[in-house]
Amino acid sequence: MTNKAELEEFRATVKTWLHANFPTSLAGKTTTTEGDTNLGEDLVTWRDRLAGQGWGAPTWPKEYGGAGLTHPEAKVINDEMLKINAFNPIPNMAIMGVTMVGPTILEYGTDDQKQRHLPGIASGKVRWCLGLSEPNAGSDLASLTTKAKKDGDCFVINGQKIWTSSADISHWCGALVRTDSSAKKRDGISFLMLTMDQPGVTTKPIPLIAGASPFCETFFTEAKADSGDLLGNLNEGWSVVKRLLQHERQSQTVAGRPSKSAPLQDLAKEYVGTDDNGALADPDLRLRLADHLMDADAHRLTIKRITAEAKGKVEVSAAASILKNSATKVAQTKVELKLEFMGNQGLGWEGDNFTEGELSNVREWLAGKAISIYGGSFEVQNNIISKNILGLPETTQQG
Amino acid sequence: MAALTEEQSMIRDQAKAWATEQSPVQKFREMRDNKVTNHFFADTWTAMIDLGWTGILVPEQYGGSDLGYLTFGLLQEELGRQLVASPLFASALAGTSAILLGGNNAQKETILPKVVDGSEMLTLAVDEGPRHAPERIALQAEKTAAGFTLTGQKTFVHEGMAATTFIVSARTSGNIGDTDGISLFLVPANSAGISREGISTIDSRGYANVHFDGVEVAATEALGDIDKAYPILEETLDRARAGLAAEMLGTSAQAFDMTLEYLKTRVQFGKVIGSFQALGHRAAGLFTSMELARSCVEAALQAIDEGDNNIAQMCSLSKCRAGDFLHEMSNQLIQIHGGIGMTDEFDAGFYLKRARVIEAAFGNQAYHRNRYAKTLDF
Repeated sequence: MTNKAELEEFRATVKTWLHANFPTSLAGKTTTTEGDTNLGEDLVTWRDRLAGQGWGAPTWPKEYGGAGLTHPEAKVINDEMLKINAFNPIPNMAIMGVTMVGPTILEYGTDDQKQRHLPGIASGKVRWCLGLSEPNAGSDLASLTTKAKKDGDCFVINGQKIWTSSADISHWCGALVRTDSSAKKRDGISFLMLTMDQPGVTTKPIPLIAGASPFCETFFTEAKADSGDLLGNLNEGWSVVKRLLQHERQSQTVAGRPSKSAPLQDLAKEYVGTDDNGALADPDLRLRLADHLMDADAHRLTIKRITAEAKGKVEVSAAASILKNSATKVAQTKVELKLEFMGNQGLGWEGDNFTEGELSNVREWLAGKAISIYGGSFEVQNNIISKNILGLPETTQQG
Repeated sequence: MAALTEEQSMIRDQAKAWATEQSPVQKFREMRDNKVTNHFFADTWTAMIDLGWTGILVPEQYGGSDLGYLTFGLLQEELGRQLVASPLFASALAGTSAILLGGNNAQKETILPKVVDGSEMLTLAVDEGPRHAPERIALQAEKTAAGFTLTGQKTFVHEGMAATTFIVSARTSGNIGDTDGISLFLVPANSAGISREGISTIDSRGYANVHFDGVEVAATEALGDIDKAYPILEETLDRARAGLAAEMLGTSAQAFDMTLEYLKTRVQFGKVIGSFQALGHRAAGLFTSMELARSCVEAALQAIDEGDNNIAQMCSLSKCRAGDFLHEMSNQLIQIHGGIGMTDEFDAGFYLKRARVIEAAFGNQAYHRNRYAKTLDF
């Protein structure tokens, strides 16, 4: 179903279905990843209705909990939801499940793995985390040392992961482990899937500069993964994770729902004031704000252009590295500018002396410093661009 | 690259092939070295007319192909890559846009077919000082029985020595700086009272200062309403800016390609210099900026074609972002090439010199950052 008339027909059925099924009490709300606590009856109802349609992960095949839709069709659902302030809570609820683990299982998984894991993810009930980084393996991920040894029907895992988002509330973990210590760095790595609810796994949340965070340390002590839960071939996990990280970058390139808040320039005028011509009273800040808004326009237009060139289907490609770096710059500059024009009011940590907007900007500013670090740092993205897109030789620094 | 129609892809491929085969940058060097009259080869101009490029914006009833601004932009990009010197932009884009936006039927019928067949060469005569300021018009147009008398001067007029008709912004009322009181006139270059002198510029292209000393213009030669032509002028300038931005994108893309090639072949310290991370990251940053600039350039051209209501904002975005990137890329072109980049024998200098001229034309980056902020009301 790709032609315009059919797409419009589909739009009509989506509209009708949303009207009948979306609990209006949820309009304008967003989901946070807090596990099962405080979900609320309406949200549970909405999640289950959506999952029943296969619209939690609409482009996945029907047999695995999706709806087997094309990308243009999935976009129609998304557009129609936006129109009525509805949202798809399932990707957030599944944490890393829908955006990263699922697409990778679809590509590398066996039929058995697809059948066992995908429907749970698509239902929004099974939460996944990813055990990738380690204390001594950040940007240089391939130097990881968490080990897994085959023992009968399972792998026994020992080691430590860090920056595992939502590990404390996840049911499953996709972990990158070393299965051959004698091989070259990238050749002895495998990707295992294991349950978090077992004696060999413990987690510890990490408070960050912005306060509480979803990030955890995760410790594996004789933890076990079923041998049927090796994703991809033994010792070939590096190619699996490379693909997984492309999916991650992809999910980090879109700025999310269009903001309903006042335009940035209006907020700036409110704090800084204007001169007789209506221009922002601080001319230096004014031009930097203009520059930032241009960056934001350029980023948005680039996503639009790449989507148009791909005829509606955004390829998981090297272009994602460009978009990730550009998205990072836009997001970080925005909160820095807000902090600046709010002046002292932008520097509060908590309490009634500050507005909700001022306090949330501080936390966003601090938390946002992670954007240029996670998912492959700004510098790692530049390595990828120079090597994979521009075809420059590998730098000696990359090892 | 935007998703192109078959016709657009055809024009782009045709332009790419023609520019690289018939008018590569060596031809520009030849033009400069031989001090060719009017700073372009007559056969280059004839070839463009024969290819139909002068009619890309012109409706079919006036002999054009009406293919729109994105199509013209694709052409500009390819010409910008090879620094092709010609009056195509001045006449078939900037001048033609003024006629399309402000001309009445009689004016369109008289002029547009001649633009298409090359017997007329139009150009905008707007700025009067060293910096772009289309509202700072002092050139006076005094009402007479038969029309108007023009007195004043225009600076840095594109193809000012070769043009056959000037589109002149003149003050019919108000003071310098007022947008009210500005009118537009079509003035034949051979009118009595006009004198012009060529300017020698860093980019070796054709520009002139034009003096108007009591030039008589018939009332029928006014483009749009008397005193009220500023909006037409701004819309015309926006189309010129969007077209120049496309040329800038091409010029900078070529500079990027030359630099990337050098990074892959130049050996120092026993390695190709592109293997040094400092240079790999610089190239990655430049490439990212180029991709972002391309999106702005194409979006502005599309906004014009689709008659969007934010054309001014989009054109300032486009001119600014294409200018920012060209500025940086033209500097890096020299820096990364090192000593060879400093020599006149190598082409890098041509790109750097052309870059500063098109950056300044119709408003530089600072001008458009400011204007963009104004369109967003801050």
